[in-house]
Amino acid sequence: MGKIVAISMNTFRESIRDRVLYSLIVFSFLMLAFSILLANITIGDPIKIVKDFGLAVISLFGVLITIFVGIGLLYKEMERRTIYVILSKPITRWQFLLGKYLGLSITLAVEVFIMTFAFFCLCFYYENIISWELLKAIVPIFFELLLILSIAIVFSSFSSTFLSGLFTLSIFVIGHFTQDIKILAASNESLFFKKLSQVIYYILPNLENLNFKARVVHNLPLPYKEIFFSILYSVVYSIFLLVLAIIIFNRRNFP
Amino acid sequence: MNALAIRTNGLYKTYRTGFLHKKFLALNNLNLEVKQGEILGYLGPNGAGKTTTFKIILDLIRPEKGEVYIWGKRAYGSSYRQEIGFLPDNPYFYDYLTPLESLDFYGKLFNFKKSERIERSRELLLWVGLDNFKDRQLRKFSRGMLQRLGVAQALINNPKILILDEPMLGLDPMGRRELRDIIIKCKENGKTVIFSTHILSDVEMICDRAAIIFNGTVHDVVSVEKTLETEIQFYEVIYANTTGKHELIRFKEYKDAMEGVENINKQGLKMISFNPHRMNLEDIFIKQAEGRINRWGK
Repeated sequence: MGKIVAISMNTFRESIRDRVLYSLIVFSFLMLAFSILLANITIGDPIKIVKDFGLAVISLFGVLITIFVGIGLLYKEMERRTIYVILSKPITRWQFLLGKYLGLSITLAVEVFIMTFAFFCLCFYYENIISWELLKAIVPIFFELLLILSIAIVFSSFSSTFLSGLFTLSIFVIGHFTQDIKILAASNESLFFKKLSQVIYYILPNLENLNFKARVVHNLPLPYKEIFFSILYSVVYSIFLLVLAIIIFNRRNFP
Repeated sequence: MNALAIRTNGLYKTYRTGFLHKKFLALNNLNLEVKQGEILGYLGPNGAGKTTTFKIILDLIRPEKGEVYIWGKRAYGSSYRQEIGFLPDNPYFYDYLTPLESLDFYGKLFNFKKSERIERSRELLLWVGLDNFKDRQLRKFSRGMLQRLGVAQALINNPKILILDEPMLGLDPMGRRELRDIIIKCKENGKTVIFSTHILSDVEMICDRAAIIFNGTVHDVVSVEKTLETEIQFYEVIYANTTGKHELIRFKEYKDAMEGVENINKQGLKMISFNPHRMNLEDIFIKQAEGRINRWGK
């Protein structure tokens, strides 16, 4: 366990020195500030617009940080060949990969925490109360990010930064439309496309399961049980992906 | 003394290169033995398979065939690396860390206690001559300084086996000398050392044996001491002729050489040098290399 912690702490240390992380965080703050302007010029309840937009910003920038920082860090180890020194020590490849994952998860947790804090301050400015119920949407967003991070780790365990980023981003986008794929499967007459759509629907993660943004913003009923099962879904899926990444990583050569 | 620290048995490794994934045989039935307590020089031209051998020993690369044994046991899992120190070719480290932080990090991978890590790191930095730079970020380090840190990290676990891939690369003459001293000191402390290099004089100076590898196969393993003790092969006499130009004559026998020197003196020419020539590693290496070239020609 000590070895995994050592790797994860080093990864966290490396990620917080990454300029990409800071530029994305700064940009997300600007976007949050932009929501004030948007609330003023749009018809409707301004606080709902700020909340809706703010949650979208946390989600989107979280994903961008996961992809750009997450993939870069694993690939850099191989490209800069720092991995040779590490893997020549008595550490297994799964310990290394898990350490990387944990380190990046800590980075994401800190990043989500900072953005949430800024977002809460913004909402407090409008409502004069702390909108704790927003956490019902933010916590699932965090678990969605962890799931995307596992996808990124799978891809970066065998392909380049660019391709990993592209694949991960594609799965993030498709993952939010899997319900539509199911509908498409039902309505399509071609048996081949029907089967293909079904396979895609069952294999790819359904990220909409973790999207409670609209229901939280509009105060619609949202039982804790539903949130719990969605998070459980994300955790199980992430574990499955990490096992897959470890299998691929274990078979790799580092010439 | 006869126990084997490392033994590889029939290693085969193929790489696929280029767009068409053309096969390239990097190791071809490679058998290598490193005896306990010795310094073995691993010699070979570029692309002979030296780095691949080391990486297979450390499980960074998996061979298609063959096994690696460390202290007679099959190298398996990660625990066998507890007793090995490795310096990769052109080592890279996290450039945002300082040498002290780097060594501390690598120490953690051995589950060493904090006090142990600090003590060992300071001691090693002093040993490799980086104690004055221990708090400087590695991004500001020169190639040679990184190489020194590479040696320090390879020794962090006080390993019984030290594997160094081109350790002299990037070092200035002083650095090379210091590294040779470190390697000799390691041997005195009972460590087994194997290192690859192109610099034959380094091997002659510090190695017990040298293994010569060509095209992924170990072709010869020679005892350095015995090689240097071989009989004189010929005598080289260099003199200045009447125009002052230097000329070289080789004599097989000592008697003939001495007669040659007398003649030079009789003619009133100036003697420049008289060198008895022994077989050295370079001769063996070149002979092996020529053998390979002939075979390619067939």
